[in-house]
Amino acid sequence: MALQHLTAEGFDEAISAAPLAMVDFWATWCGPCKILSPVVEKLAEEYDGKALVGKVDTDSEMSLAQRFGISAIPTLIFFKNGAELKRSVGVVSEDALKAILEENL
Amino acid sequence: MAYDVIVIGGGPAGLSAAVNVRARGRSVLVVSNPLEENPLWKAERVDNYLGLPGLSGAELLERFQAHALQAGAEFRTGRVLNALAMGSDWYVSIGSDVESAKAIVLAGGVARAKKFPGEAEYLGKGVSYCATCDGMLYRNKPVAVVGYSESAKKEAEFLASIGCTVTYFDRPKQCEITGGEKAERLKCDGQTVEAACIFLLRPALAPTDVFPGIGMENGYVLVDRTMATNLPGVFAAGDCTGTPLQVSSAAGEGLVAGQSAAKYAAEQMK
Repeated sequence: MALQHLTAEGFDEAISAAPLAMVDFWATWCGPCKILSPVVEKLAEEYDGKALVGKVDTDSEMSLAQRFGISAIPTLIFFKNGAELKRSVGVVSEDALKAILEENL
Repeated sequence: MAYDVIVIGGGPAGLSAAVNVRARGRSVLVVSNPLEENPLWKAERVDNYLGLPGLSGAELLERFQAHALQAGAEFRTGRVLNALAMGSDWYVSIGSDVESAKAIVLAGGVARAKKFPGEAEYLGKGVSYCATCDGMLYRNKPVAVVGYSESAKKEAEFLASIGCTVTYFDRPKQCEITGGEKAERLKCDGQTVEAACIFLLRPALAPTDVFPGIGMENGYVLVDRTMATNLPGVFAAGDCTGTPLQVSSAAGEGLVAGQSAAKYAAEQMK
């Protein structure tokens, strides 16, 4: 599966169906989010079939942002079988994200 | 748009770097705060700049900037929040914009302020450096802004315009951030406020906040004779690399960094 744009509707189903998921909470007005975007897109391709890589627009999906207590963007949340495993706030390198994915595959 | 070189900082080092990138025929974008917010702007008289004694800091800065403009440098007002390498490109975020380049010259001056107690601990958990990024998450909530410039006041006005209730602290000397899992209150010079988010808007971010993993020594960016840092494609010049904090040394280092960055960018495009 390539990059998925997740919304409140179907979020839980998608996350719990994936053994491993990485979700990027972002917004269009956020420069640091735009920096991280190509990295997230690249990882979505690379981990196709191994992990779900998704994005949540915190502007149109405010209920999801509130539910997960997003206090700064970008925030990446990692889920294992639907349960939150880890989160990372701010711009991080591709290698750092890969390390988390590899560790939990 | 993609540039050959992005220069972070519009003081003597950054402007000298920009002039010398252009002299090598490469494109360059200078990202900086407004000229009048540069610390040199306030210097009444600079007497040790070779050949041009007796000019004020503001006069020197205006001449330097005019020179860089004439050389064909492009300018953007704003603060750089993050930089990230991907492949052979560096991506840099400026407010809500992103620009990319093959090489970077970091010339942001000295990040004078030490971090406040609680700042590092709560960064991303109710402490933010970016009003345009995180402001929308705090609509209709009380926020605190610690600012050091006119640009910071404008960012506070932006927060008020999107519905945040803003308490503004103008250049406080000492602050402390406390809370539980997330930051909850800010105490500055004896005044305490409760806030859903605390925005710390300093003139420049610390090099280690913009470039995680950049080599430092005694609080300054570590460089070699070519002004290269330990990060491929990132060069540094001027006050951020250490003493003496003087206009002449900054301009000289800017020249070296500009030439090195132009050369690096050219090699990447071969």
